[in-house]
Amino acid sequence: MAAPAVAVDNLNPKVLKCEYAVRGEVVMHAQRLQQQLQTQPGSLPFDEILYCNIGNPQSLGQQPITFFREVLALCDHPCLLEREETKSLFSADAISRATNILASIPGRATGAYSHSQGIKGLRDAIASGITARDGFPANADDIFLTDGASPGVHMMMQLLIRNEKDGIFCPIPQYPLYSASIALHGGALVPYYLDESTGWGLEVSDLKKQLEDARSKGIDVRALVVINPGNPTGQVLAEENQRDIVKFCKNEGLVLLADEVYQENIYVDNKKFNSFKKIARSMGYNEEDLTLVSFQSVSKGYYGECGKRGGYMEITGFSAPVREQIYKVASVNLCSNITGQILASLVMNAPKVGDASYASYKAEKDGILQSLARRAKALEDAFNNLEGITCNKAEGAMYLFPQIRLPRKAIEAAKAAKKAPDAFYALRLLETTGIVVVPGSGFGQVPGTWHIRCTILPQEEKIPAIISHFKAFHESFMAKYRD
Amino acid sequence: MVGGGVRKPLDYEELNENVKKVQYAVRGELYLRASELQKEGKKIIFTNVGNPHALGQKPLTFPRQVVALCQAPFLLDDPNVGLIFPADAIARAKHYLSLAPGGLGAYSDSRGIPGVRKEVAEFIQRRDGYPSDPELIYLTDGASKGVMQMLNAIIRSDRDGILVPVPQYPLYSAAISLFGGSLVPYYLEEEANWGLDFANIRQTVTEARSKGITVRAMVIINPGNPTGQCLSEGTIRELLSFCYRENLVLLADEVYQQNIYQDERPFISARKVLFDMGPPTSREVQLVSFHTVSKGYWGECGQRGGYFEMTNLPPKTVDEIYKVASIALSPNVPGQIFMGLMVNPPKPGDISYMKYAAESKAILESLRRRAHIMTDGFNNCRNVVCNFTEGAMYSFPQIRLPQRAIDAAQSAGKAADVFYCLKLLEATGISTVPGSGFGQKEGVFHLRTTILPAEEDMPAIMSSFKKFNDSFMDQYDGYGGGGSSYSRM
Repeated sequence: MAAPAVAVDNLNPKVLKCEYAVRGEVVMHAQRLQQQLQTQPGSLPFDEILYCNIGNPQSLGQQPITFFREVLALCDHPCLLEREETKSLFSADAISRATNILASIPGRATGAYSHSQGIKGLRDAIASGITARDGFPANADDIFLTDGASPGVHMMMQLLIRNEKDGIFCPIPQYPLYSASIALHGGALVPYYLDESTGWGLEVSDLKKQLEDARSKGIDVRALVVINPGNPTGQVLAEENQRDIVKFCKNEGLVLLADEVYQENIYVDNKKFNSFKKIARSMGYNEEDLTLVSFQSVSKGYYGECGKRGGYMEITGFSAPVREQIYKVASVNLCSNITGQILASLVMNAPKVGDASYASYKAEKDGILQSLARRAKALEDAFNNLEGITCNKAEGAMYLFPQIRLPRKAIEAAKAAKKAPDAFYALRLLETTGIVVVPGSGFGQVPGTWHIRCTILPQEEKIPAIISHFKAFHESFMAKYRD
Repeated sequence: MVGGGVRKPLDYEELNENVKKVQYAVRGELYLRASELQKEGKKIIFTNVGNPHALGQKPLTFPRQVVALCQAPFLLDDPNVGLIFPADAIARAKHYLSLAPGGLGAYSDSRGIPGVRKEVAEFIQRRDGYPSDPELIYLTDGASKGVMQMLNAIIRSDRDGILVPVPQYPLYSAAISLFGGSLVPYYLEEEANWGLDFANIRQTVTEARSKGITVRAMVIINPGNPTGQCLSEGTIRELLSFCYRENLVLLADEVYQQNIYQDERPFISARKVLFDMGPPTSREVQLVSFHTVSKGYWGECGQRGGYFEMTNLPPKTVDEIYKVASIALSPNVPGQIFMGLMVNPPKPGDISYMKYAAESKAILESLRRRAHIMTDGFNNCRNVVCNFTEGAMYSFPQIRLPQRAIDAAQSAGKAADVFYCLKLLEATGISTVPGSGFGQKEGVFHLRTTILPAEEDMPAIMSSFKKFNDSFMDQYDGYGGGGSSYSRM
């Protein structure tokens, strides 16, 4: 028998090339150690694995928003709406919202494939929500509901990348969905470096330089990815910065891919979220001036509903023939999951003042966001207090990305162990404390600098212990490897 | 081109060619026209996609109860919950919540919740009599995502060929276009009940190879879509031997395995036959099997729940497939729970069993009756011949179009079956998919419809179709004068 039909040496090389550290080597090792804790309790210097590698709030105890779950349960099992008992189990506005949502679904059939862009009534609700947020109109026909924001990103990469000479501008550091997707679709990642010394600022002059550089190498740069608030970097862009970016894209003919999934995670009073659509429209730019794709998700914010796989992209500035192509690609998968669609419409149209659930909803939301802000600060301060570690503020999102100045001896030890230095550090951290972080090399960083990405998501009462275990580990690591 | 902002990167001309090549007729021209007409107030019967709940099929009660409880776990704490949810639904919800730390709102393992994958493995073992490894079962957002992942892993360039049945469900042709591979068609034989002709298939492979194509995989849809045929054990054995000799991975789309409307050929999985064949075949042939919650008698299309099971793939390949799955983080958790419930439904003795069994039986028996009503109805129409729908959810009648109709279609700039289907739509509101969307032999025309409209609506639908068809044939058949010719088998 010949060599197997499908083996690593004859797999699609783009698959082989792509990487995704968020669930990569360090995490897989953590999972093995977790098994070991179960089968041999006491065999490790810690009692539990603390997953700080992934923005997965509810896996670490964050509670879902009650109102959202009430509506979803009623939509999952509409028979409940016919029972008297339901009135005592569910809030009145959840009942009426579910009733309205079901009325907008043909046949009230939540188990049917919907329109390939998502249920029209839900898209109308999302468009209203966008309009209320931005003060500029949004159109239901511009919205494509997807299984999480990630499939929308893949769709755009598929559309834009024809061959390895098509380049996509990505921030460094970036969320590695972008690098993985570009690799999977066979394109070229064109980096632009965020400046750690200025709070991860983005300089248009640097963009221009990188663009010229790429073009001189024969790369056709097609789009610019901006993640705002940033991941892993957590900065919230200043309005002026956003205007520069919009102008740059317009002038250079780039599609602006605006990843705005952390729009509801802002922890500082001096910054607020402005969607790129709002910025562009307030500059007087309309559909002819700018091609823009805005991504939103139900996985983040204060709702943290990662497991539902809900999200959408809002596409503006596309010609009709191109919109048809986007629709066509969406239709091959028929539609995104209905629960996720419903949730996206709830996130963009949350309870308002006067609604029966408003008070409890607001309390839940504020509780979560204020706790996230406290945790962000506590961890930021803790990192900054450690030798050789500096950590920019997390103005938004869910992560801290401290820089670790690794001593030469540590770097050599890493080399001997055939690991990147930050992976070496992260593995040692894991083996000593059970804390799981992602090495900065998974996100990209200025060569010769080392970072780790740590989420701010563990329960607030666990944070002091995490800080003290991290401190103890770091001090002993530095004692061992200090020059 | 630099600066000026004149050229836009997402102008049509600048798009990825592979995207432009993709065709997916199931939601293509006919569907879009039907949607337009619906907006104008015309009553449309959508039979373009296997979407049972959209045509009135009710969801099964038990899974909806369980998922609603998982969605809102605070209900479980309410003393009155037992008044509106049966005890076994409550217990099952608690079971799934215990398997999913963080509940429905957390990303699960990228392969799916381990406990659910274990339920799937146990189902496969009960079904086939051979053990199944949960580590080789990946849950996906619908079976289609799994098919896409596999084809993306296999296809390196346009010199990689995938054997696809014709007619086929156009996910396969669309995915192959998207990933830049080559579709190598093998024709199912309509007169032989859509059977496989292995001599022809071998010939097809030889020709492809002579053109420099490396044939890597073979797709089989069993029961067939759109054709509905159920493969015999003997045919599946031949298929597996063929894959063994030709070194192909078999991609077995078995999403309709619960939809069987005849008793001569019950469903038998490719995996069972593979292991029955024993070594070396059973150890060498690479197989990926797909299943879903969208079909069967569950019809939960909107949940996007599916899985694929890998057999005889090398561990390093599995690692790469895991890596790609991890980029998508995880399949949606409610869909995973639906899958767990489907493979592990209420058993005799459970409180909800009687209702569950009655609901399931009613749906399956009705589907079987509708398969007959539709087949017979089509065969009763002029110039229409229709193979019996042995399985799946579709009817794929052959429409023998008179030459004058073909000519009229050409003048209208349409493929002949598209022309027919558009006229059918406009006259009756029945929205079908032209056979060209699935592939067919040159000069032979079909349409695909589903057997899903409500049973009580079927007689009216079939008579409406007959009225349209017979008058269409009258119009284009010609009364006397210069013998008219037909599209032919």
